[in-house]
Amino acid sequence: MTGTGFTRRQALLAGAAFVLGAGTGPGTARATNGWQAALSAFTDGLQPVASGITLDLPEIAENGNMVPMTIRVESPMTPDDHVAEVIVIATDNPEPEVSRFRFTPLAGRAEVVTRIRLARSQEVIAAARMADGSTRIDRRQVSVIVGGCGA
Amino acid sequence: MERPRVRLSASVIAAGETIEIRTLISHPMESGYRRDADGAVVPRKIITRFRCEFEGREVFTWELRPGVAANPYLQFRVRPPGSGQLAFTWTDDDGAEVSISESVTVA
Repeated sequence: MTGTGFTRRQALLAGAAFVLGAGTGPGTARATNGWQAALSAFTDGLQPVASGITLDLPEIAENGNMVPMTIRVESPMTPDDHVAEVIVIATDNPEPEVSRFRFTPLAGRAEVVTRIRLARSQEVIAAARMADGSTRIDRRQVSVIVGGCGA
Repeated sequence: MERPRVRLSASVIAAGETIEIRTLISHPMESGYRRDADGAVVPRKIITRFRCEFEGREVFTWELRPGVAANPYLQFRVRPPGSGQLAFTWTDDDGAEVSISESVTVA
């Protein structure tokens, strides 16, 4: 599927500028964009377990404007035992929180695929909070080759 | 907002099966970090929320931030408890909404 109406050029420019702006906009200073606090608030300060969740991202992203991402959380998705919410954090983006996904048992399976923006090479984190309040985490380091600065 | 596209892997399923849903909407996802030729910040304008409901019950909600790529694409799953309507709604920064609905049959 491809976009219509709005031109590809506009999309690329908007994305490229996001990447360019990353160096000059709010939250410029690295590692002070508040991602640790966002993660800690999501997990309620608990230490998430590093299993039962898979974050798939390319090791090398040619284009930081559009990086394919897949998240899967193992769960039967029953009323008592299901994924409540997933957060995605790009630790070196100007705005680190990229998305939140809220699930109910009607989803049947906790699996999402989308495309994100990465301002530069960095670690991306996906964390899940389950119905019982327990949390899980996975991390991927992504090398961004062309962040769109030449666009 | 432009009319989004929604594709279901199947519209007739057996009880307990899941349907894969793929959605795409044309939108610049203007991040609010971009500057124009005069150096002025281009105001943020993004889709902030996507919601899927089955017969008025929440199935799945996506909260989008500026770090979502332009023309937001999403693939997710639904396990309908019976035959009925799935409703998909996108909301942007201005509060504008666009919705699509699809029927599913549990045979």
